[in-house]
Amino acid sequence: MASIVLKDLVKDYGKVEVLHHVAGQFEDGEFIVIVGPSGCGKSTLLRMIAGLETVSGGEIYIGDKMVNKLEPADRDIAMVFQNYALYPHMSVRQNMAYGLKLRKLPKEEINKRVEEAAEILEIKDYLDRKPRQLSGGQRQRVAMGRAIVRDPQVFLFDEPLSNLDAKLRVQMRLEIRKLQRRLGVTSIYVTHDQVEAMTLGDRLMVLNGGYVEQFGTPIELYDRPASVFVAGFIGSPAMNFMKAKINSGKIKLPNGTILNSNTQLSADITLGIRPEHVVADAKGALELEVEMFEQLGANTLVHGKLKDSDEPFVASMPGHVSEEPGTLMKFSIAPEALHMFDAKTGKRLEP
Amino acid sequence: MANVAVADIPAKNPSFSLNIDWSKLATHIVLLLLVIVWTLPTVGLLVSSVRDKDQLTVSGWWSALTTTERTGGGRTSGAEAQKFVDGQFVIEGNLLSEDEKGRTISAFGLTNKTFGENPVGTSVVPKAGGELSVFANGDYRWVSDQEFDFSRGQRVLYVAQIPPRFTLENYVEVLTSEGIDRSFINSFTVTIPATIIPILIAAFAAYALAWMQFPGRGYLVAIVVGLLVVPLQMSLIPILQLYNNVAPMLGVEAKSYLGIWLAHTGFGLPLAIYLLRNYMAGLPKEIMESARMDGASHFKIFTTMVLPLSFPALASFAIFQFLWTWNDLLVATVFLGVGDNELVLTGRLRELIGSRGDNWEILTSGAFISIIVPLAVFFSLQRYFVRGLLAGSVK
Repeated sequence: MASIVLKDLVKDYGKVEVLHHVAGQFEDGEFIVIVGPSGCGKSTLLRMIAGLETVSGGEIYIGDKMVNKLEPADRDIAMVFQNYALYPHMSVRQNMAYGLKLRKLPKEEINKRVEEAAEILEIKDYLDRKPRQLSGGQRQRVAMGRAIVRDPQVFLFDEPLSNLDAKLRVQMRLEIRKLQRRLGVTSIYVTHDQVEAMTLGDRLMVLNGGYVEQFGTPIELYDRPASVFVAGFIGSPAMNFMKAKINSGKIKLPNGTILNSNTQLSADITLGIRPEHVVADAKGALELEVEMFEQLGANTLVHGKLKDSDEPFVASMPGHVSEEPGTLMKFSIAPEALHMFDAKTGKRLEP
Repeated sequence: MANVAVADIPAKNPSFSLNIDWSKLATHIVLLLLVIVWTLPTVGLLVSSVRDKDQLTVSGWWSALTTTERTGGGRTSGAEAQKFVDGQFVIEGNLLSEDEKGRTISAFGLTNKTFGENPVGTSVVPKAGGELSVFANGDYRWVSDQEFDFSRGQRVLYVAQIPPRFTLENYVEVLTSEGIDRSFINSFTVTIPATIIPILIAAFAAYALAWMQFPGRGYLVAIVVGLLVVPLQMSLIPILQLYNNVAPMLGVEAKSYLGIWLAHTGFGLPLAIYLLRNYMAGLPKEIMESARMDGASHFKIFTTMVLPLSFPALASFAIFQFLWTWNDLLVATVFLGVGDNELVLTGRLRELIGSRGDNWEILTSGAFISIIVPLAVFFSLQRYFVRGLLAGSVK
């Protein structure tokens, strides 16, 4: 078990810099999720920690050791790849024992560890099968098993669930979380799926275009997103954004609607409102022209446009709602549920 | 795809209407024709090689299954074989020798002019007197009231239907008396090392070119691919000269097996490296990375991951190289002597065409012996072309 420290990490391919001065401190035993859209550099960051990519600048520490120049094998880490990367010509048992054999562990020890890991992952029955004879979920388990038997200081996961179907993904997600709690191994998990990120991570690092947008607990990210990007990325359905002007606490929307806020700022802002924070209220200030409904059972998503404008808006209502398209619905919103961001920089404006 | 589409359309009437996909049918017919055209010479060779050598000279292999009509001749026993039975002197026997058994005689006669005139069962009167009858299976019976008195048996000519005869005699002859057996071993002596050595070298080179980072790697690959265009015929003599200059310095004979091994290795390497590199470069990167994280060195990755996974490519190149060295005549002529313990199979066959050019049974069986080995190699390794070894690894 070890903590990980990233200091001012830079990665460039020739002239193109893809990671810009990433810093972070991951505590011992923590489950860290690196999340972001594709191409944001999250896999590159993970591979740098793994030692599969060279470091262009900055330092990586695992435990107290600077590992920049260490071979992947010497960093005491194990990685689960997106497509599992099982050795196709070896049985499950051989797959799991491969790394231990290379480390010249005694045979009994290898057998013991493989059996234990197989027990934990419930793959004991498949130990003598080849990977091609396994289903996707079973392969996933074998890939995890291969990481577990090594008993490493750090687990790295590179989108390990993206090849599974939705139901299995939810199940494996829980299992990964449980396993990590049980083993207490520091883990770094890369995904582009914000639900996966929210449910798994102790802390989330949101990457965008090679920059760290925000690094914090899931709830922090949800309640106090540091930028428009994080606000839009975290939460489902996504937050509503609109250009607005704030003048000594009064927020004026493009269609003229005035909302109260709990600040005294005056600025051009991007206003963010989460769909689940609006409340149906006959006296509400927000007026929505309804276009369609998405009935999800537990709640209903109301899609429409703000009255007298082209601003699209989504509201999430508990239970079942059905009105004729074209009706005008009124909503109110609590001042503390409004998110305000600088119109130019996209950074959060605190009241 | 076309079939699926057809099957998905609900049938208008439940009867078995003709759902023939004409383009597919045409493809199959063309394919069938090509296969026939392609394999016909080999079939002819095989059939010819197992036919009786006398039949081979008079008819083509396609008539191998039909009976042929031929004239033949035999001689009855002499007077000493006569017996006295029921007041008559009788000579009995069969005109056909052991080899000729199975012929069906249809007519016979005693002279070159009359051999087709008497149907079997009838009798003729030979000069020595009495009556000679001949039967379809070759039996004859010569009966006379007086005692026979002549020294040599009577010559009888006949027209016979000869059934097709298949035999392995040709192979036995070729293998035992024409030196093919020795050449067979010589060919193996050339071929096996000339297949294994380039594969060994190329596998290492291909791994390095595919998975190891070093400056100039791209140029090296380009050079190797560029070498593919150098024709063998052009480099043959310079290489021979080079080898002849170097060999004595190392105490090796000028024309020896070592020379031809090296020559075949050199000529085979560019293609081998190119093929194997491309295959290895296509192996999933994650497998190598995973092995690397498990603590495997390049050598370990090569032996435990890349080699087993590249088996289909290794096998297909092995087949190419084996066939090419096995069938080679040119390189062997240049780099190897013509002594009995050096002449390869192709060289021996060429020699046979010169010395025994009329003996088709020897040429055909000799040629077929030279084909058998490549066929066996191909069929034993062809499943590696088909089977995807990578199934189950990624995704």
